Amino acid sequence: MKRLALLALLAASPALAQEKPVLTVYAEDYVTSEWGPGPKIEEGFEAICGCDLTFVTGDILPRLLMEGEGTEADVVFGLNTDVLARARASGLFAQHGQDTSDMSLPVAWEDDIFLPYNWSETAFIYDETRTPNPPKSFAELLDAPEDLKIVIQDPRGSISGLALLLWVKSVYGEGAPQAWAKLAPKVLTVTKGWSESYGLFTEGEADMVLSFTTSPAYHIEAEGDKTKHAAIFPEGHYFLTEVAAQVKGTDQPELAQSFMDWVLTPKFQSVIPHANWSLPSKLPEADWPQVMRDLPRPDKTLFYSEDEAEALRRPALDEWLAAFSQ
Amino acid sequence: MAGGVLAVRPGLGGVVTAALLAGLILGTLAAVASFAGGLSGLGPWDWRAVWFTLWQAAVSATLSAMLAIPVARALARRRFPGRSVLVTLLGAPFILPVIVAIMGLISVFGRNGLLNEGLRALGLPEISIYGWQGVILAHVFFNLPLSVRLLLQGWQGIPAERFRLAESLGFAPRDITRHLERPMLRAVLPGVWLAVFLVCLTSFAVALALGGGPKATTVELAIYQAFRFDFDMGRAATLGLVQVGLCLGAMALASRFTIPAGFGAGMDSAASLRGPGGWRRGGDALAITLAAGFLLWPMLTVILAGLPRLPALEATVWVAAGRSVIMALVSALLTLALGLVLSLAIARGSAGWPARLIEAAGMLPIIASPLVLGTGLYLILRVWITPGQLALPVTVAINAVMALPFALRALIPAARVLEQDYGRLAASLDLRGWARLRHLTLPRLARPLGFAGGLAAALAMGDLGVITLFASDQPTLPLKLYQLMTAYRMADAAGCAVLLMAISFALFWAFDRGGRLNA
Repeated sequence: MKRLALLALLAASPALAQEKPVLTVYAEDYVTSEWGPGPKIEEGFEAICGCDLTFVTGDILPRLLMEGEGTEADVVFGLNTDVLARARASGLFAQHGQDTSDMSLPVAWEDDIFLPYNWSETAFIYDETRTPNPPKSFAELLDAPEDLKIVIQDPRGSISGLALLLWVKSVYGEGAPQAWAKLAPKVLTVTKGWSESYGLFTEGEADMVLSFTTSPAYHIEAEGDKTKHAAIFPEGHYFLTEVAAQVKGTDQPELAQSFMDWVLTPKFQSVIPHANWSLPSKLPEADWPQVMRDLPRPDKTLFYSEDEAEALRRPALDEWLAAFSQ
Repeated sequence: MAGGVLAVRPGLGGVVTAALLAGLILGTLAAVASFAGGLSGLGPWDWRAVWFTLWQAAVSATLSAMLAIPVARALARRRFPGRSVLVTLLGAPFILPVIVAIMGLISVFGRNGLLNEGLRALGLPEISIYGWQGVILAHVFFNLPLSVRLLLQGWQGIPAERFRLAESLGFAPRDITRHLERPMLRAVLPGVWLAVFLVCLTSFAVALALGGGPKATTVELAIYQAFRFDFDMGRAATLGLVQVGLCLGAMALASRFTIPAGFGAGMDSAASLRGPGGWRRGGDALAITLAAGFLLWPMLTVILAGLPRLPALEATVWVAAGRSVIMALVSALLTLALGLVLSLAIARGSAGWPARLIEAAGMLPIIASPLVLGTGLYLILRVWITPGQLALPVTVAINAVMALPFALRALIPAARVLEQDYGRLAASLDLRGWARLRHLTLPRLARPLGFAGGLAAALAMGDLGVITLFASDQPTLPLKLYQLMTAYRMADAAGCAVLLMAISFALFWAFDRGGRLNA
């Protein structure tokens, strides 16, 4: 054991010569854990490609931007809509070559570079045993008594936090500062990432947490707990998706292309709901797991185009900061 | 290796090590700045973060140091069953992984925590842990143990003969305070305050979880946000530089207040403990009880919440735990080697400016932004190798360097005393090299070495991996904990937290106990 560990520490190279070509996929951290979609994706793709799929995890966009043309990535997996403008501007990505006219998304997707593989919408989750009368609309949430405590995520470090910023902006527009002023006293704390917030909610420290419309599916499916719900607001919910893209300068163009071809296949898509607790981007609703089909769906989906979102990012953040600094 | 260098040229090892450290910390900053094409200016929010960082660090450090005095004194002059276990336990919060500590603090001081439940039952107003007060509470929780331990070492550093002399001269407690305790505090307290101040200066996770909102943004947090939200490396580098400036300023300040105590050598006889009676006995008991309650209660709640889930954890979690333990051990040994070289070099050149510079270099890692450090290292190493291949060694090395300032706080005072008391004797006996290390240095420094090694191992154990850029397919235990949380598995994460806490503490205990075998 010890010797093995030392070897692992000293391993400056994977000693075994690889017969198969290697497809290097840069992915967000959560993807590769045994509870994420990574292992199934790797297994499924290696069964058809005759290659070795290797995940490299971490802060993928900063890393890509630093590596530039010299990057080893062939495919990038797990970028969020909010960073696409910066990713696109880098000019590192090639077209995906897929038909996106027939996706199971609530918004039209016409991007020829970034290919969505899952989606969800922002929502506040509550526990019916602790919050029997949850707000039934965004307006009600703003007017709720101050002892209703919510936890949110910081938009400067978290995807969902930024989505909330854009959600409030798309619902309230010019009135966003006033909306934040009403919401701020109810915000118990602002955490760095989603998981810290969600932990505060499950521990009973907060009444509602900013998460996704699909979150209750986990509690129902994995814990048999039907008390957690997403509060559905008639004003609409903000759309989030994660995308895959192939790198222009890849040394495995055929493999990268076949990975992109594989993303929208039913075999890949059917992995998403349970491994990611989100909805598949191209799978007829009839083929979704029952638990996902039973979830209440918002009537209205809100979404800014990439350029709109990029233009709004700064001003919306300044409004948010101002509201919390009173 | 350290001994070999020392044997040839006393001090040279220290100079080289210090130069390497300064190169690492400042070089990575320069790499980030040059990648960005220079430093960029700061916005009003950045300056607010600087201000918040400064005042909360000052308040946290002052509170931690002040509260530590009665607790350390009580522990130093009383003997009771379970005392040594308590001394070790009280060190625990400092080495807790931040995420675990925050879970515990919230379960005690949170909205539905035991404290507020009690206040509600009594019809009293509730207290909120979210906001600046929460950040300070958490910082005191983390740093009170460190302060107590460092001060306790100060008390134990006063030779027993001095206390006996005081007794035979009929000193009242007031006189002991004046002639023995106060000079010791003048020597030790500024360093303690500085260490805590610097820890709080670079606080990141605490402010994130308990800050309540953007008002409680620290500089380290601003660096993270500049990096994530705007990918503005220029601003990140500027903020990193501001952090270094703050640190150097604080160090200059602390060194002006430090006056060596100069008690001289003793015979290492056990102190005859007859602490003062009367109301002071009750006061000491109260100080120990309050500190133990404040520090141990949150940890107890974490254990109670997570223990039932422990058997259900997947095998991969245990594998990650094993990996983390090995990394922590290697990291701790590296810290001790570096710390020994530096502290001996500093002790030998006590008054001169080279020693001052070496000490400053040794303290630098405490204020290096892990994010800037990681990014800079990535930019530098990328030229030669694939960063993924170096993930584990780099993490081990960085953790060793990050724990060094704490190791030095414990080692420098002891090394100075060693040099003053035994330096001439050793020189006259021509005791050098390995022989000196084995017969003089290691035995005399066993206690601080054990403590420093324990700190280093535990801190490395709880570290999330300073560098997300150096990807690795071999997750550590803290990363596994995060992965569990990201996958909604909060109950398993609580179990994982208990495991992480237990291992961190066991590592700390093993080293610390090893150093205190004759205590």
